[in-house]
Amino acid sequence: MTLLSKLTTGSMIVVLLLAGGTARAIDTARAFDDPELQARYEHIISEVRCLKCQNQTIKDSNAFLASDLRREIRRMLDEGMTDAQIYDFLVERYGEFALYRPRVSGKTLFLWIAPALLLLGGTFLMVMVIRRRMLLPIDAEPGDENDPERIE
Amino acid sequence: MSRYLVPAVAVLILIPFLMIGLTKDPSRLPSPFIGKAAPVFDLPSLAHPDQRVGSASYTGRLALVNIWATWCVGCRQEHEFLLRLAAQDVIPIYGINWRDDRDEALRWLQQLGDPYVDTGFDMDGRVGIEWGAYGAPETFLISDDGTVLYKHLGALDTTIWDNVFMPLIFPEVAAE
Repeated sequence: MTLLSKLTTGSMIVVLLLAGGTARAIDTARAFDDPELQARYEHIISEVRCLKCQNQTIKDSNAFLASDLRREIRRMLDEGMTDAQIYDFLVERYGEFALYRPRVSGKTLFLWIAPALLLLGGTFLMVMVIRRRMLLPIDAEPGDENDPERIE
Repeated sequence: MSRYLVPAVAVLILIPFLMIGLTKDPSRLPSPFIGKAAPVFDLPSLAHPDQRVGSASYTGRLALVNIWATWCVGCRQEHEFLLRLAAQDVIPIYGINWRDDRDEALRWLQQLGDPYVDTGFDMDGRVGIEWGAYGAPETFLISDDGTVLYKHLGALDTTIWDNVFMPLIFPEVAAE
């Protein structure tokens, strides 16, 4: 690498780092004086999906919809609504998809139990395989004629 | 050979689900309002700021509520269709001008034509949120008892209108 190309790469990295710094500056001002309200606010906005930019929370997004939703959540917190009431408000209007962690209900039940089912299924398979192997003679090598797991 | 059977069957079961998944557009979410009471709204009129437009304007009537803005490409696409629909006089169309600039919105209607009975001006986007809007244009079909019969996301056109909206508006015709 020549000195010139090193310098170019270096300055590009600096520029990218600076750009990153400004891109992240979304609503950095504190919304509430009360630290407890502020903590609830920050928690809620990190749980809500920006429907316009679906893989971002409204905390991370600078779409106008995200900023509108943040404003509505600040208003609801000001009005003394509970977290559950605020999530209800959003789900009523945008559906369960608005929440990064959808609540357990008939519709979302499968979503919640699927990991447990997969884990159980995987454990079951693993136990079956281990038990079958334990029945083999101890000196059987992998690939042995007697090994049912032998790769043909 | 039998050791390949289980994974093979599992993959075969999985394939149809994955194929269905490929045909779905994740940006089109089902509206939680369908079959439920439509949200109410009350906004200053776009053209006459001292007058109000809202759900009260169409209570007891079948109506179309169209969320639009001048920054929205789909709105420009469907505008021609909305004008034709308005000319047919089948159903009144009410507009919610969402998060827009009043002058630009008025210029838009002046230049392109105005298909709306009236348009409410939702400058700060609060009414948009009440309606669960996230991507204009969005069009709600409201029954005479105030229920949301259907919500369409994206530009409306003749095909969608004839195949989805018309059977909902005239169920007796569709049944024949």
